[in-house]
Formats: sequence, structure tokens, C-alpha cells
Amino acid sequence: MSDVIDRPAAKAQFKVVGTRPVRPDGADKVTGKAAYGADLMLPGMLTGKIKRSPHAHARIIAIDTKKARALAGVKAVITAADFPDLASEEMAGGESAANVRDIALNCMARNAALYEGHAVAAVAATSASIADEALALIEVTYEVLPHVIDVEAAMAPGAPLLHADIFTKGVEPAPTTPSNIAHRHDLTRGDVNAGFAEADAIAEGRYTTAAVHQGYIEPHACVATFGADGQCQVWSASQGHFAVRTLCAKILGLDTSDIRVTPAEIGGGFGGKTTVYLEPLALALSRQCGAPVRMVMARDEVFRATGPTSGAVIEVKLGARRDGTITAGQIVLKYQAGAFPGSPVHPGVMTALACYDIPNFTITGYDVVTNSPKVTAYRAPGAPISAFGVESAVDDLALKLGMDPIALREKNAVRDGMKAAYGPTFRNIGYVETLEAIRDHPHYQAPLGPNQGRGVAVGFWFNIGGDSTAAVQITDDGAAVVATGNPDIGGSRASMAMMAAEVLGLPIEKVRPIVADTASIGYSMLTGGSRTTFATGMAVTQAAQQIVTDLKRRAAQIWEVAVDQVEWLDGAAVCRDPAKGELTLAALAAKSGETGGPIGAQVSLNAQGAGPGFGAHICDVEVDPETGGVTILRYTAAQDVGRAIHPAYVEGQVQGGVAQGIGWALNEEYIFDTDGKMENAGFLDYRVPVASDLPMIDTILVEVANPRHPFGAKGVGEVPIVPPLGAVANAVRAAIGVRMTDLPLSPPKIRAAIDGR
Amino acid sequence: MGARQHISANVNGDPVEFLAEPGTTLLDALRDELGLTGSKEGCGSGDCGACSVTLDGRLVCSCLVLAVEAQGRRITTIEGMADGGTLHPLQQKFLEHAALQCGFCTPGILVAAKALLDVNPDPTEVEARYWLAGNLCRCTGYDKVIRAVMDAAADLRQERV
Repeated sequence: MSDVIDRPAAKAQFKVVGTRPVRPDGADKVTGKAAYGADLMLPGMLTGKIKRSPHAHARIIAIDTKKARALAGVKAVITAADFPDLASEEMAGGESAANVRDIALNCMARNAALYEGHAVAAVAATSASIADEALALIEVTYEVLPHVIDVEAAMAPGAPLLHADIFTKGVEPAPTTPSNIAHRHDLTRGDVNAGFAEADAIAEGRYTTAAVHQGYIEPHACVATFGADGQCQVWSASQGHFAVRTLCAKILGLDTSDIRVTPAEIGGGFGGKTTVYLEPLALALSRQCGAPVRMVMARDEVFRATGPTSGAVIEVKLGARRDGTITAGQIVLKYQAGAFPGSPVHPGVMTALACYDIPNFTITGYDVVTNSPKVTAYRAPGAPISAFGVESAVDDLALKLGMDPIALREKNAVRDGMKAAYGPTFRNIGYVETLEAIRDHPHYQAPLGPNQGRGVAVGFWFNIGGDSTAAVQITDDGAAVVATGNPDIGGSRASMAMMAAEVLGLPIEKVRPIVADTASIGYSMLTGGSRTTFATGMAVTQAAQQIVTDLKRRAAQIWEVAVDQVEWLDGAAVCRDPAKGELTLAALAAKSGETGGPIGAQVSLNAQGAGPGFGAHICDVEVDPETGGVTILRYTAAQDVGRAIHPAYVEGQVQGGVAQGIGWALNEEYIFDTDGKMENAGFLDYRVPVASDLPMIDTILVEVANPRHPFGAKGVGEVPIVPPLGAVANAVRAAIGVRMTDLPLSPPKIRAAIDGR
Repeated sequence: MGARQHISANVNGDPVEFLAEPGTTLLDALRDELGLTGSKEGCGSGDCGACSVTLDGRLVCSCLVLAVEAQGRRITTIEGMADGGTLHPLQQKFLEHAALQCGFCTPGILVAAKALLDVNPDPTEVEARYWLAGNLCRCTGYDKVIRAVMDAAADLRQERV
């Protein structure tokens, strides 16, 4: 099922960290009590709905809302005219910068609709059916324009232009004519021509991936209320309620301090809930009518107007000597950004060769706007795409050299002290250990039958730290409440409580974690970038440590001894003088009034030293030569996880990432018709993996502690989606003997490849 | 929109009455009229299973059932699964196996899994996977979900002995 490989000295070092307690928020989630974005109701609440562009690209000539406003039961109607026309402004986001003007224009189109599904107006009404009727009464006059969705078509001279003010950044001299290429990124090392001249074998290919959606099961949802005094409240399912607050303030021209955002439970995000779509509209509607407004997207709106990540073209050329030493790499990445700049091509560039020690390379990336929904972060944004190309080419290189694919990767693996392709020097990484783990796993030797094949691939993600706040309070009966500002998407309340319990010496049941609203806890960056357990966990740990220091002082005061005579052991102060006995946390809490008042601590920090993560995966498939269908037979994923705070949830992250990667590889894709309209905006036709599509997914947690975290933790959530695209494609190649280069590997493509053998 | 109709039904063992437009789904009636928000809408088209309930004992997507069809019928939702404060073994096993991450699909999966074990107390892994193929989970990759269902099935068989 699952193995944990760690350093012997670390075993049994902790009492709570590394165990598998029931999550503190679990009971509410298995009984249906947990309140997600669409579950909140306020008295007098109205239903808000959005009118969307039916065209992939159109100028908005006029919007007539008179008939909609006149309909009984309609309380508010808004268009872009109800929002300030913002200037371009870059702001720091979760993992990438975001332009506030673009986010505002993505929430509500002003002069042009840039993709099918782009919001052009919104209404609030007393019922959903009246709101639907009102939407139909809004008359929008469009001038339909030519559209472009394919990334290379959008780059070509003469392509329909989305924005007149995009002059490719990153090119010298700066272009004087606008284009759809928003940004060019270059990363180079050494002399690539000399590197290829040294090579005995070359592997190269052109690979494509389709746009895919994060596919969280909970559609976007929020409730907002705009008070007569200008005080606003928002409840929403978001990965970052502080980001919701800031973005709403900027988009509506409000003061941040006038907005309080309370995080609802969130039904999955995977990066897709790191921005706003509904919240500014719900606030604007509420401002107009004075009543609370709830907005919930339908599934087709989620597909047409949120997410996805880029469809892309990846060109890779690798050269190696006979002994397997890779001497040169040349990579070109072209990523769809959707309607506004900001594809994850930059991290795609930075991660492309991060697993490899290569002396000579050039990597070029293009961020290209297209008439499709603006892409949003999706789990290790950009990395699975570039890794798909690189891991396919490395597999071909292993074939040409007659080398085992794991041995080839080991030979060229980055190790501690090496300079990463993207700049910094690696320290305390566990990459080679993950390769060894899959090499030594029984899966790698398991026999294969006819039409079956085995693929290997690796992946990398940076992980981030950043701003986090945690407050720990001791209750009058000697338990603890841990408040953080990070929405819990996948069990982070458990890891927060466990770290506090470990430091305080309490059983996990005595620590109650909550996710606090923006007015009740200090600023915290959103839950993303695999940062929460690392960064927010560091804040929790430090707050708990401060409390322990304070408790020792309080005990020393009660005992009238010097503080260095007091130790904190298993949840109690113990005096070196045995005659004094011990003071439990409960005893100290009961006497807190006599020793300085309530016991608690809050820590705000900017966590540094997140520590990058690596994964190495093995995938076995069977291809049905009649249908071209691919069955995943076995899957094993090893990952460099630092220290697993709650190993079951770490395994869950790995298994979930693998499943999403398998969907990306085999089934999932945005399909557009010739008018640029999405043809498969539902879960029937956009097919995410279901239970019967997958085997058990074995995980190997490789624990090489991250010295920058008090318990050795590092981010784990994003790495596991990086290798599967390559692992599946390499397994299919092994099964049918043909290199498949265009994702998804759908049955018709595989049939065609088999027929062409 | 049409005139709202009066519906009488039994939900989780209790008689309920509510009003619903002819086009209102059972899911919306459960959530908005009865305040039973444990059933979730993930798609509204019967593809994700987050709204799974049983109707006279039969597993259905409540987004595909009209509220007016509930007249005189017996509905069980996730809110009816635990016995007062005691969790059903499936609920308990989901917690022990960490078989949920965001938890949004969990109510629907639990209702569907209980419907499976009601008709097949000893499912194979393949049977469990196919039975639950109508319940999308995007977080877990299903591994721990299937383990929890199999483990709960084993416990329930033990109880029967």
C-alpha cells in the first residue's frame, strides 16, 4: 500500500507528528454538516446570476438592461459600468503576479468579450427562475470578431489580436507592433551547440497538451452583503480569503478595511480558486439593492469561465554521450494564457530541466493570449506540461542508448550542492532517494503481459513559503485553540493541530484548529504553492513554542524558582527540584490570572526555505489493440516529502495528484467548435477519472527532513501531478511501440498509431 | 415558472411538507426548502453523484429528480446516515482511512456506498469501483475511498454474524 522511507534517527522522535489521527473537522464532513460556499443562507438573500457572451470574440456595442430591470422580482442589474475602469496594476499573488485590471475585466467584460462565457452583465432577483428570466431580457449588441484559440495560430503574424496594448515583454529591442505574445522567457546555460556536438545520441520531439480544467467538484459560490454604512461581508469558497478581500477592494474601489471575508469550507481548488470571479459581482449587486446576494456557478459556467490551465506546444531536443551523460538540451514552450496574459509558462521554463544536471541548455517560453478562458493556476502550474515533453524525450534517449530509464535519470540527477537549472543551489533534496525507491520497489520488476507496457517519469516543484499568521490560545481547562488564516482544502487543520499538540505536549484531541476570517487573524497568503503545512505550520509551531516559554515562566513564578529550573515535558511544567512536583497545562491555565493573564501567542512571519520537492513515478498500462483504450494496471509514486506530518494526508495528496495527471494524460481536454465555443462543458463529456478507471495508487514517502522547518516539513501537494503525463505516455509507448506525442492519449489516436505501425 | 405545488414526503424518517415550482429539482428542494445542505450540487446533470440520495431505497441523483416526484415517497440523505450521535461504520471508516480531503463529494459517496453495501455486503474491489464510478472525487484518486468502503463492509459483515 504505502511505504515511508526515512532516516533512522528521526524515528520515534515525535509523539504526534508522523501519526495518523482522525482529522478535527472530519465528523462535520462525513455527516453533511460542513458548510461550503453554496450552503450559506442569510435572511432576505437574493439569487445572483450572470449573463455571458455567446461569442468567443466580440466587441460589445451596447447593453440594454431596461426590460430586465422592469421584471418583477429583479432587484439589481449590473454591467461593467458599475465598476471603476482600472489602470493596469501588477500585484503579487500566490505563485505568480496578477494584474488587477485583467482580473476585473475577466470578472466583467467592459468593451470586448474575449471568450465564450465571458461575463457581460449580472442580475440579482428574488428567485433563481426570475433571475434566469431577467438574464434573457438583457439585450447585448455584439460585433462578432475573428477569434483564435490554437496557441501557434495565435502567435502567427496576422492572427486576430485580443489586446491592442500587448507588446511582447522579454524581447530586445521591444516590439513596436502589438501581438498575442505577451511575454517571452529565456533561460540558458553554457554553449548548447557545443553540447550537441559532444552528443552521440539525440532525442527530439514536438509534443502537445490540451487545455484541462482543475475540475474541483464544488462550483464557485459566495454570499455577499453590502451594508448601508459601506461595511461589506463576503462568505466564499476560496483558497485565500485575504486575496478575495484585496481583489474585491481594488475591483470595486473600496477600502480593504471595509471588507470582511469569511472562508466557507472549500470543495477543492487545485489552484483554480486563487482568484475571484463572483465575489466582486455579488458585492456590486448587493450595493445596488441593499440585500445579501448569493451566487453559485453552474458546472458549465465553471468550465466556460474559470480555470483551466494552458493547452501547449512543447519542443524538446536532448543530446547525450554513449555513457548516458546528457550534454545539451534545447526546449521551446508555447502556452495558451487564455484571454489575458499570465500562462504558467515561466514556471514551465524554470522546472523543465530542474531534475537534471545539464551543462548546456536553452529554454524559451512564450505566454500567448487566446480567445479561451483566462488560465488559472493548476497544481504545480506549468510544470506537468514541460515535464511531459522532457520526460518523453528522456525516455526516447534511454531507448537510443539502450539504458534503463531510471539509471539514465540517476546518472544525470541533480544532487545537493548542484546549481539548479533555474538558479539556486540545491540543499537537502531527496531526489536520488526517490529514484532509488522506485528502482528497488517490487513494481519495477513485476512481469508484464502482451499489450502491456511500463513507463517511468520524474517531476519537480519549487514549493513556496511566504506570509502566514497563527494564533494559539489556551482554554481555561488546559486545551488549545489554533487559529490560522489558511482555508483547509485537504486536511491542513489536522496538520496544524498536530504541530501545536507536539510542541505543547497535548494529545491531538485537546487541540482545536479553526480557519479564521480576515478580521480575526493576521494576513496569510492563500492556500497554494504547497505552502500551508510548511509556512503556516511554522507560524503555529512558533506560537506554540512562545506559549511553552511563557508557561515555564509562569510555573517558575508559582514555584518561586529560577525559570531555568523548569522544563516542559508531556504537557506539564516539571521542576528540577523534585519536591515541587509538576504543574499541568490545565493547572497553569486555572492560575493564569495570577501569573500574567490569559495564555496565548500570535506569530506572523514570512517563511523562508520551503525546500523543493521531487517525485519519481512508475506506471504500467495495458492497451486494448481493438479499441485503443488504455487501462492503468499499476501505479507507484515515490516523493521527497521532507517530513510527513500526517502521512495519510500526504499519501492522499500524492494519490490525488497522480489521478489528476492520469486524467490529463488519457481523457481530459477542452474541445472547441469552429466558432470557438466549448463543446464539452460538463462532466459527461469532459471526463475526469472515475473510481473504475484507476487502480490503487502505491505511494512511497521519502523523508529527507527540511532543516528550515521545525519538523522537517516541505510542500507535498503539487509535485505528484508533474510526472504522470510522461509516465503514462512512456508506458503507452512501451506497450504499443509507438511514441505518442499529443495529449490526451484518447482511443482514436492510439488506434491510429497502432494502425500506422 | 409555474405555481408552487405542495409536496408531502418522508425525509430521513420524518414527515416533511414543502412547496416547489414544477421545475424545481429534489436537490434544490432538499437544500433550499428543507435546509438539508449535506447533498451537494457539483454538476446538475447527474454526472458527479455529489447529490446522491435514496428514493424509496433506490440510489438516485437528486438533481435529476423533480421535487414534485417526491410526493408520498421516502427519501434518505446523508443527514440520515448517522444514528443520532453515532456515526455509521462507513462514516467512521472514511475518517480512519483519511478517505476525504475537501469533503465535498463525501456525502454523495457515503450515500452511494451505503446503497452498495445494502445490496451487496461483500463487494469485490472491482464491484466497489464500478458501483462508485458515478461519484466523482477530484482530491483522493479513490484509493483511500475504496479501502474505507471495503473495510466498512468487512466490519458490517462482522456485526451481522
